[in-house]
Amino acid sequence: MSTSDSEEDSYNERTALVASEIPSVPSYQQDPDQPQPADMEPRRRTVAPEPAAEPPSLDRSAVEREPVDLEEEEELPLKYGAKHVIMLFVPVTLCMVVVVATIKSVSFYTEKNGQQLIYTPFTEDTDTVGERLLNSVLNTIIMISVIVVMTIFLVVLYKYRCYKFIHGWLILSSLMMLFWFSFMYLGEVFKTYNLAMDYPTVAMIIWNFGVVGMICIHWKGPLQLQQAYLIAISALMALVFIKYLPEWSAWVILGAISVYDLVAVLCPKGPLRMLVETAQERNEPIFPALIYSSAMIWMVGMANPARHAEPTNQDTGSSDEEAHRSEGSALARDWVEPETQVSSGMNRSYSTEDDLDEEDRGVKLGLGDFIFYSVLVGKAAATGGDWNTTLACFVAILIGLCLTLLLLAIFKKALPALPISITFGLVFYFSTDNLVRPFMDNLAAHQFYI
Amino acid sequence: MTASVFFGCTFIAFGPAIALFLFTIARDPLRVIFLIAGAFFWLCSLLLSSLVWFITVQISNKESSSQQKGLLIFGVVLSVLLQETCRFGYYKLLKKANEGLLMLSAEETMPISIRQLAYVSGLGFGFMSGAFSMVNILADSVGPGTIGIHGDSQHYFLSSAFMTMAIILLHMFWGVVFFDSCEKQHWWSLAVVVISHLLVSCLTFQNPQYVGSLVPTYIIVFLVGLWAFFCSGGSLRNLKLCLTCKDKDFLLANHRPR
Repeated sequence: MSTSDSEEDSYNERTALVASEIPSVPSYQQDPDQPQPADMEPRRRTVAPEPAAEPPSLDRSAVEREPVDLEEEEELPLKYGAKHVIMLFVPVTLCMVVVVATIKSVSFYTEKNGQQLIYTPFTEDTDTVGERLLNSVLNTIIMISVIVVMTIFLVVLYKYRCYKFIHGWLILSSLMMLFWFSFMYLGEVFKTYNLAMDYPTVAMIIWNFGVVGMICIHWKGPLQLQQAYLIAISALMALVFIKYLPEWSAWVILGAISVYDLVAVLCPKGPLRMLVETAQERNEPIFPALIYSSAMIWMVGMANPARHAEPTNQDTGSSDEEAHRSEGSALARDWVEPETQVSSGMNRSYSTEDDLDEEDRGVKLGLGDFIFYSVLVGKAAATGGDWNTTLACFVAILIGLCLTLLLLAIFKKALPALPISITFGLVFYFSTDNLVRPFMDNLAAHQFYI
Repeated sequence: MTASVFFGCTFIAFGPAIALFLFTIARDPLRVIFLIAGAFFWLCSLLLSSLVWFITVQISNKESSSQQKGLLIFGVVLSVLLQETCRFGYYKLLKKANEGLLMLSAEETMPISIRQLAYVSGLGFGFMSGAFSMVNILADSVGPGTIGIHGDSQHYFLSSAFMTMAIILLHMFWGVVFFDSCEKQHWWSLAVVVISHLLVSCLTFQNPQYVGSLVPTYIIVFLVGLWAFFCSGGSLRNLKLCLTCKDKDFLLANHRPR
């Protein structure tokens, strides 16, 4: 395994990979000549903004690609590129569907009873519009600073190799998500549909759900089950945000987080980037905690040096509410990565590298991306009964994701997944709500069709 | 009302479209992406037309209902024209993308042909158009209520569902014919597409006299469908071969290796 213990090395391997790419054709590349070391590197690279543990790393989105076989047909990369886009469309859609379905049916998540998170202390129940705007901006500043502080804390922890601390933090977070929040959710669903239920049954259900979730996420389990749990956790987190963030603050926070994401991933001094580079220097796979991965990686041998980092890899941190808020509001970094390695996949199956072919290479997207997309669509569904707005935001976010992946194919480096989608989503939300809605309502009233 | 009306209207309105999606588009990721991009372009056209309509409403006399109706009619016509413009824009974008990819790729052929793109983009437009017209109505039909209690037509939901189905199919056919005429530079057929779209929208001004709007609309659906069939290379001979399962090209193309 090549040891890259200097910036120069990582720079070299990066340029080496860049050089071997097929120019300008969106393609996923893999380096067939370099077995494990190559796998380690791209993995490292992609996992870079990992510190998924840190909730603050929410905003991280990194998109990275791997070099592909030069002999491969150009057409295949386009098809595979499209396949990977769909591999991300499906879970993002599922998460949004779960959130919208819950918002529309369970009224608990749209009731505002004045309770707010400690991260958004300023109330929006003010007399004037100006005051409300000011309060929401202040709330946003506080939230974003918390996220930045957490991210830097994580980078520091990572730099000083406090893996156990990070790992414990993540386990605590996912425990909270899988047990407490799903218990609350189940309770609200029962209340909405007026179902009678006894505590022993609920305890059994939640216990099983939680334990299987912990095992799947932090250890080994079928890929699809793990994906389902990650989607469930993202949806739960998004619902919490929708409930507890005040109206205007939520929108301003969405905007601010996309900007932060952009800065954190692309600026040379951004925390995310520093994290990636540190991980590359150490030749470690950054724990891809809190990352949704769509494919398995098959590895052999290499496992050992990587193993010590593995336990930290599968973390689906969850930004919980008050108690574990410190763990980070960002559940996951927003990463979009094509990786041959699934975060949890590392622990799971080992087979020869020859088994790895095009189809097995997948993409990764940080859970924070899932969460914020779902928050946007959920808020669109919650405010007003208009389905058109929800649909418009949904399509806008998918197109943004598509464009992000296209950029990924072109630039072949870590990219933030939030900015484009959230920008489109916000633009379409406000314009559909204010312009399209009266137009369509008028048309429907007269039954005119366009 | 409630569940039966909801499911009935949903399947009437979206049944053919969903069937088309499931059987021809869902398997191919590239087509799904272009479908969603088509939906996005339709959305953009709607946004622009709503913006213009909104501005005109703001500067007009809000009390006069005839003026408002006139503005709405103007909005409809403008929206139709903008939709066709966006379709043309999407066509141009796809051509450019096609050329770019063809240049870069070592392959001779594109993974997706312009005809498939025409079909997929037309369906994308149709899906979005149908969804925006119908989804709010469907959401209302689930809840309790009585249709037409104030004297309006009682067939509101059903006619909306049928109209939506017609519009979705029409968008798909228009997409095919539109792209084909752009490819062959037949500007007159392009004009016919735009005029038929305008005609269908203007027919709906007669609602709630549904006979006047639905029947001609379905006739137009049938005619444009025939036209699209012949545009995309269909013929009576092809149809006969297909229906009697003797079409060798089709069978070979769909033959899946074991």
